[in-house]
Amino acid sequence: MHRTGELYGQFETLEQQKESAALGMWVFLSTEVLFFGGLFLTYTLNRHYYPAAFGVGSNTLDLKLGGLNTVILILSSLTMAMSVWASSVGKRKQTTGFLVATLLLGTAFLGVKVIEYKQKFDHHLVPGYHFQIDYRVQHPAPNDDPKEIEAEKEELSKAFAKDPDLNAHAQLYFSLYFGMTGLHALHMIVGAGMLVWLIRQSMLGRFTPTYNTPVEMIGLYWHFVDIVWIYLFPLLYLIDRHR
Amino acid sequence: MSEHIVSPKVYIGIFLSLMVLTAATVAAAYVNLGPFNIVIALAIASLKATLVVLYFMHARYSPKRTHMVIIAAVFWLAIMLALTLSDYVTRDRDLASNTQLTGMLGS
Amino acid sequence: MDTPTSTHSATAPVYKIPEEHYLNSSYGIRSWLLTTDHKRIALLYLFSVTFFFFVGGIFATMIRIHLMTPQGFLVTPETYNKLFTMHGVAMIFFFLIPSIPAVLGNFLVPLMIGAKDLAFPKINLLSWYIYVLGGCFVLYSFSTGGLDTGWTFYTPLSSVYSNSAVTPAVLGIFINGFSSILTGLNFVVTVHTMRAPGMTWFRLPLFVWAQYATSIIFILGTPVIAITLLLVGLERMFHLGFFNPALGGDPILFQHLFWFYSHPAVYIMILPAMGVISEIIPTFARKPIFGYSFIAGSSIAIAVIGFFVWAHHMFLTGESVYAALAFSFLSYLVAIPSAVKVFNWTSTLYKGSISWDTPMLYGLGFIGLFLIGGLTGLFLACLGLDIHIHDTYFVVAHFHYIMVGGAVMGYLGGIHFWWPKISGRLYPEFLARVSAIILFMGFNLTFFPQFILGYLGMPRRYHSYPPEFQVLNVMSTAGASILALGYLLPMIYLIWSLKYGTVAGPNPWPATGLEWKTDSPPPTENFLVTPEVTWEPYDFETRPDLELDHIVAGKLPAPAHGDD
Repeated sequence: MHRTGELYGQFETLEQQKESAALGMWVFLSTEVLFFGGLFLTYTLNRHYYPAAFGVGSNTLDLKLGGLNTVILILSSLTMAMSVWASSVGKRKQTTGFLVATLLLGTAFLGVKVIEYKQKFDHHLVPGYHFQIDYRVQHPAPNDDPKEIEAEKEELSKAFAKDPDLNAHAQLYFSLYFGMTGLHALHMIVGAGMLVWLIRQSMLGRFTPTYNTPVEMIGLYWHFVDIVWIYLFPLLYLIDRHR
Repeated sequence: MSEHIVSPKVYIGIFLSLMVLTAATVAAAYVNLGPFNIVIALAIASLKATLVVLYFMHARYSPKRTHMVIIAAVFWLAIMLALTLSDYVTRDRDLASNTQLTGMLGS
Repeated sequence: MDTPTSTHSATAPVYKIPEEHYLNSSYGIRSWLLTTDHKRIALLYLFSVTFFFFVGGIFATMIRIHLMTPQGFLVTPETYNKLFTMHGVAMIFFFLIPSIPAVLGNFLVPLMIGAKDLAFPKINLLSWYIYVLGGCFVLYSFSTGGLDTGWTFYTPLSSVYSNSAVTPAVLGIFINGFSSILTGLNFVVTVHTMRAPGMTWFRLPLFVWAQYATSIIFILGTPVIAITLLLVGLERMFHLGFFNPALGGDPILFQHLFWFYSHPAVYIMILPAMGVISEIIPTFARKPIFGYSFIAGSSIAIAVIGFFVWAHHMFLTGESVYAALAFSFLSYLVAIPSAVKVFNWTSTLYKGSISWDTPMLYGLGFIGLFLIGGLTGLFLACLGLDIHIHDTYFVVAHFHYIMVGGAVMGYLGGIHFWWPKISGRLYPEFLARVSAIILFMGFNLTFFPQFILGYLGMPRRYHSYPPEFQVLNVMSTAGASILALGYLLPMIYLIWSLKYGTVAGPNPWPATGLEWKTDSPPPTENFLVTPEVTWEPYDFETRPDLELDHIVAGKLPAPAHGDD
């Protein structure tokens, strides 16, 4: 078994090994672009044909939590980039520190997502037999703000007038919501797993200015996952805020 | 990957720009610009993505072949979207009218 | 390796199998299942794809037997739907798409560029395991209710109404997709970063160019089918509505997403075969290939333009004339680089010193059958004509001409061409030539009648047909039995040759690639010394090191000529 940092047998030089790793990661990321791309295509078509349903669906999302998550994730990209920098100038403790920060921020992101998903579950907004777009206004919880409920009721009645099949179409929105954010979250979990490995390697002193390839490569992956969210946030949360 | 080491100052600068752009996209969402809402949203998102790719992902300091990979990915995504939409846009009946379900489902 | 005992072509030299090579360097099942040697992984794939070829072949046999009578006597209509579906799924996803890239590509690409292995050997092994896992899911689907949606999985039949085992099948193909993606990724990085000193892009063998172009398609197309089939599985499991009109969804969206990959997939199937032919033709015409850079460029062109034409599978779904025209035009455009290749191969033959070895028979067969298959593709791309022949046996004949007459013949030609390198032994030449001819004749008898059937109006995927079509159907089935013989014979004699075949020596043909400059079978690290390349590809005339090989093989290079 090769330890991180050694030259693998199929390569002639460390430089070749590094080049290959970098090209390999970028090519892999391009496959991810097309992978998510199919969902973005589906989103584009469905949003175009069902604007009322997408507007209503989007407004059920908690913008504060979504905005917070956006800040958290972009901050985690910063800390990830900083860990790459730290490893390239040989600062071992800072490398580990920034990696830990990235992991904590990523975990916080996932925690917020759990809260959001729970909210959707409570409001019967998970696609399936129990899906009902107007469940919340028909069964408001005791701590719901009555003004908010009223506003949502009005919004829903306007939307139903524009689109009698609002419930079915809103279900499509939520299928995409869960599908796209779910796939994104899955990628984050994989990223978190890789960060755990990176932190351990960093603590063992495996990264030096001449060899910090794993940090860079996993960094690339992490930034890509951030970019997916950069698109998901406006497309899912900001469709119809100007009601 | 290049040996070019990007200074933390650059990273922090990019981070702050990304924060400003996030605020901008949220603010723009509250203004009714009709069809331009989506255009602005995508433009800001693309600007943010570009900053992340160029600086956080070091694309600015990467060899040409990295640029080719990035351009290829974006280009292929673009043709998937554009050519598919070219079919939808030129069809006689649109999806919504094709699948009108009023009364078909209980909800 | 012994030096030849005689320099006269009348007495063949006696070679010995090298003492240590990749096959005997380590023993035991673990050394195979945990190998990272690209050559062993290629053989693992050879074993698996051959297995799925049998699976698909059994379904094909049942289809052809069933179609011998107009009412169909073998199976019920529902089972018939399952037969053609499972035939398609097994053959396309688990045989044709991996065949040449994962078997010949894995084995040869590092050898051809002078590297010790691919860039990511462990990922290479992972690719194989992912393939096997995907295959297990699909076999599970086949054996627990089968699959009746057609390999094209059109919705809402596949996502809602089918009662067959769709979910495990789409999951299996989804998983298998990652095997393709990782193989493509490996090849692209390898060709960019692992070439030996002096091996510039334009000295690469055309087989490597073909693999590179195929890898582009693997990388950019496969993720889309992956997400699409995942969505179908999720729709089935959670009653989502993307592709279901009853819930506001759109079956046409499925078709766009599906064909965005599945059309370039057919180029995945044919480009590597074209790469094989580009290696075989110059070798057995003893001449440099005509128009090297055009063949290289046309591979890339096919890979790229192939992504712009997918909606020609959807001409009859209500596409507007404008969209249909655009896709039809682009489909004609993509035929041009293919034609360039056919012209260049033919020009290579001109004034060449032709020898009729088995790989050459497969190569020539490829050119003829690909020509027919490719031209009939243009018939189908013609809007007015497609209205009549879409979804008929004309389409079936067209794609079988390309996939069997083209891709499979390329695969078999490649297996025979590189068999000496892979196994260290020569296959029995006379029997191999006879098999190639049997295969060629069986193939044409099977599929040419289907062009006529389609033109006369027999629809595809139908379990029964009007009685006036019976004669042609019986001809087709008869041809299929001959075709089957043509497949079985190589399997038998190739295995036989492992023990009893003549030892081949490093370069029995002789051919010009780097892979022929190392032992047969090669050592695990491919080359004892990293080669340095100073010659142009397919240089049969001036390479001094080939002279001895020519004499030994009893073959002469083509006479010098100045006009190409």
